[in-house]
Amino acid sequence: MTAYILKRLISLVPVLFGLSIIVFLVMAMIPGDPATAILGSYATSENVARINRDLGLDKPLIEQYFIWISNVLQGDLGRSFALNRPVIDEVLERFQATLILAGVSLVFCSIIGLLAGVVSAVRQFGWVDRTVTFAVLAGISMPSFWLGLILILLFAVKWQLLPASGMYAIYGGGGLRDLLLHLILPAATLSVVAAGIIARLTRAAMLEVLRQDYIRTARAKGLAERRVIWRHAFRAALVSVIPVIGIQAGFVLGGAVYIETVFQWPGVGAMLVKAISTRDILLVQGGVLVVAASYVLFNLAADVLQTMLDARIRT
Amino acid sequence: MKRLFRCVALSVTLLLAGFPATAQTPPNVLIVGQIAEPKSLDPHAVTATNDFRILVNLYDGLVRFKDGTLEVEPALAESWEISEDGKTYTFNLRQGVTFHDGSQFNAEAVKFNFDRMLREDHPFHDTGPFPLAFNFSTVEAVDVVDDYTVVFKLSEPFAPFLSNLAYPTGLIVSPTAVEQHGKDFGRNPSGTGPFRFAEWQSNQLVAAERNDAYWDGTPTLEAVVFRPIADANTRVAEMMAGGIDVMVEVPPDNLAAFRGDPNLQVHEQAGPHVWFAILNTSEGPFADKRVRQAANLAVNKEVLVDNVLQGTATVAAGPIPPAFNWVESEVEPYPYDPERAKQLLTEAGEANPKVTFYVTEGGSGMLNPVTMGTAIQADLQAVGFDVAIESYEWNTFLGKVNEGLKGKADMAEMAWMTNDPDTVPYLTLRTEASPDNGGFNSGYYSNPEVDDLLAKARTTTDQAERGKLYAKVQEIVHEDAPWLFVANWVQNAVTTANVQNFKLQPSFLLQLKDVTK
Repeated sequence: MTAYILKRLISLVPVLFGLSIIVFLVMAMIPGDPATAILGSYATSENVARINRDLGLDKPLIEQYFIWISNVLQGDLGRSFALNRPVIDEVLERFQATLILAGVSLVFCSIIGLLAGVVSAVRQFGWVDRTVTFAVLAGISMPSFWLGLILILLFAVKWQLLPASGMYAIYGGGGLRDLLLHLILPAATLSVVAAGIIARLTRAAMLEVLRQDYIRTARAKGLAERRVIWRHAFRAALVSVIPVIGIQAGFVLGGAVYIETVFQWPGVGAMLVKAISTRDILLVQGGVLVVAASYVLFNLAADVLQTMLDARIRT
Repeated sequence: MKRLFRCVALSVTLLLAGFPATAQTPPNVLIVGQIAEPKSLDPHAVTATNDFRILVNLYDGLVRFKDGTLEVEPALAESWEISEDGKTYTFNLRQGVTFHDGSQFNAEAVKFNFDRMLREDHPFHDTGPFPLAFNFSTVEAVDVVDDYTVVFKLSEPFAPFLSNLAYPTGLIVSPTAVEQHGKDFGRNPSGTGPFRFAEWQSNQLVAAERNDAYWDGTPTLEAVVFRPIADANTRVAEMMAGGIDVMVEVPPDNLAAFRGDPNLQVHEQAGPHVWFAILNTSEGPFADKRVRQAANLAVNKEVLVDNVLQGTATVAAGPIPPAFNWVESEVEPYPYDPERAKQLLTEAGEANPKVTFYVTEGGSGMLNPVTMGTAIQADLQAVGFDVAIESYEWNTFLGKVNEGLKGKADMAEMAWMTNDPDTVPYLTLRTEASPDNGGFNSGYYSNPEVDDLLAKARTTTDQAERGKLYAKVQEIVHEDAPWLFVANWVQNAVTTANVQNFKLQPSFLLQLKDVTK
C-alpha cells in the first residue's frame, strides 16, 4: 500500500511538468500579452514594448520558461504582473477559499447523493425514487449560475434569510458560523448536479448488490433489514461509487468557477479566469499547477479508499 | 428508514432556526459595491476608473477637480504660478500635512513621486510599471526650492498639465512607505487622504478608516469598505438585499426598477466619455467622406441610447463630450436620416459598400458592445451597407485595433474616458498619431487644420481661448466624420435612502469625504 501511494505521488511530477509546458505554450499562442492587458486602451506599441522590457517578457519563450522552472524548483512561483503580488501568496489564499467551498460541497453532495441513492434502491419506484429521478434530471439540465442567481433572489433578496454573496460578513464578520451561513447557498448550488449523479449511480450499484445471493442469505439468517442494507449491501455498493465521487471532485473544483463568480467567492477558479483574461502568465501557471496537483491527490485518495473497502482490488 | 428521515428533518429545522435577518450594513460605515477587484492601491500603477474610485479617498494631489466640475482648484498645493512661456510651474505647498504613516508632506515628497514615475534611474522606478506616466511626458525636471516650494520644468507649454495633476495619476504617495515596502507598496498604501488604508482581503474587500488628522476636515463616516462584486446580477441582488449602500455602474436594465424603489436613490452625471466606431479613412468605402457621413445619418442613435442603453447615455455629436462644459460647442449630433444616407451613398457611387466591423465582447467603458454592434449593423444594412461583424475578446481586440485598421477592417468600436478635451483628439485624430508612430489614430484620419488647432490648444493656458479652439475642432471633425459618433455615457449610481451628501462627479471619481449615513 505504501509503495503504491509513493509510486502515485512520484507520478505527480511528470504530470505537473507536462502541464506547465502546455499552459506556457497555450498562453504564448493566444493573442494579447500582459503589457497590453495592463495598459488597456493606452496600449501603444511603444508603451507595450517598454512594459515588456520592464517585466522581462522580451526574452525568447524557451528562456522565459527555463527561468520560470528554475525559480519554481527553488520555491519561487514568481510575481503576478496584473496584481503585483507574489504568485504563491495569491494562489494559496484563493485556493484555501476554493478548498473550503469544494470540500464542503463534495461532502454535502456525497452524503445527500448516497442517502438518496440507497433510499431509491430500497424503495424502488416508490415516491422517493421518483422524486430523486426527477430532481436529478432537473439538476443536470439547469445551468449552475442560473440556479445560483435564483437561490440568491429567493433566500437573500426576497426572504432575507441568507447573505447574497461573499465569504464573510463585511466589517465585523469572521468566525465559523459566519462562514457556514455564507457557504450554504454556493455549496448547495455547486452540489446539485454532482449529488444527482452520485444518487443515480448509488441506486444502480445498490440494485445490483441487493440481487446478490449473499444478501438473500443474510436475510434468511434473520438479520435486521437495516443491517442488511447498510452493513452489507451499502458497503459493497460503495466500492463502485467511490471512484465516481473522486471524479466529481474534479467537476466540483472546475464548476466552482461559475459559482465563485456568481457568489463572489474569492476562490482559485475565478482567479484563473481573471488571470487568463489579463494574460497573467505566471499566475495562470501557479493556479493550474495547484489545481492539477489537488485533483490528482483527490483521485489518489479515492483510489486508496476503494482498495481499503474491497480487498479484491489489488494495487 | 423513517428514523433516518426524522433525523435529517430535525437537523435541517435546527439549522434554519439559527438564521438571523441578514444583511444590514453597519451604521456609519459605507459599503460600496465595485465592479471589480482593484489591481493595486498605488495610484501611479493603475489605469482603471474602478481603482481610481478607491484611490481618490486615500490620497490627495497637488490640485483637484472643483466639486461638480472638471475645473482645477488647489489641494496639496495652496497656490501656483505659471511662467510667461508656459514652461515653468511653481507650486507653493500646504504646510503641516502628514502622510498616514506619519511622515511629512513636503517638496521632497513631491519630487520623489514624479522622479519615481518618470526617471528610469530612480531607485524605486522598478516598483512600477507606470502605464499612464506619459501624461507627464513633458515634465523635464522637478526641483525642490525649499521645503514647501517645488518647481516643474516642462519641455514645452502643456495646457492639460494641471488637469493631469488633478487626475489620479497625479496623486501624491508617501516616499517613506514606498521605501519601506518597495514592490509591495501597492498593497500597503499610504497617502494624505481623508481615509487611511486599513486592510485588503483579496477579492473580498478593501477597507479604509477615517483619517482624524485630515487637513480638509474630518469625514463623518467611520470607515469605507469597497466590495468587488464582479457579476452584475449579484451586485444588483446585493443592493436589493441591503448588503451594500452604494452601487456604481448600474446595468441599464435594472435602472428602471431602482428608480421606482422608494428605499433607493438614483444619481446620474454626464461624464467625459465618448463611444464611437473608428472608420478606416485610408482605404475602402470609408475613404470617401460622403460614405462616412452616410453612416452617421443611417444609424438611429436616439433609439440606441434610449432602448439599448436604456437612457444611460446621450447621443454624441463629435469627439469632445459635453461634460467639458467650458468648450462652448454648438454642434448638434447627426440626425437619423436614412433617405439622405442613401442619397449620399449614390452620390459617392457606392450603393452597396461592403465593410468589415470589428466588435468587442467587453472592455472598460465599452457599455454594451455586442448589442450596440448588432444594432449599428442593422441600421447600416437598411441603407445598403453590407456589414460583416468580427467579434473578439477585449485584449485580443485591442491588439488588433491599436495596430491600425489597414488591410484588416473598415470600422471598429472604441470608447475613451479622459480628464481633458486634449487627450482624445491628440491621441486619436492627429495626423502624427498613426499606429506606426505609437498613436491611436487607427483610422488614419488626417486634417492639417485640426492638427494646428490641437497644437495651439495644447499650449494656450487661457481656458476661454482653449474652449474656442476645441469648439472649432469639434465642428471640423463632426463634418469630416472620421468616426461614427454614437454616445456619451451618463454615469449612474444607486444609494440606499439613508446615505446623504452623495454626489457623482463628472470626472467619474468617487469622493466620499462628505458622505454621511
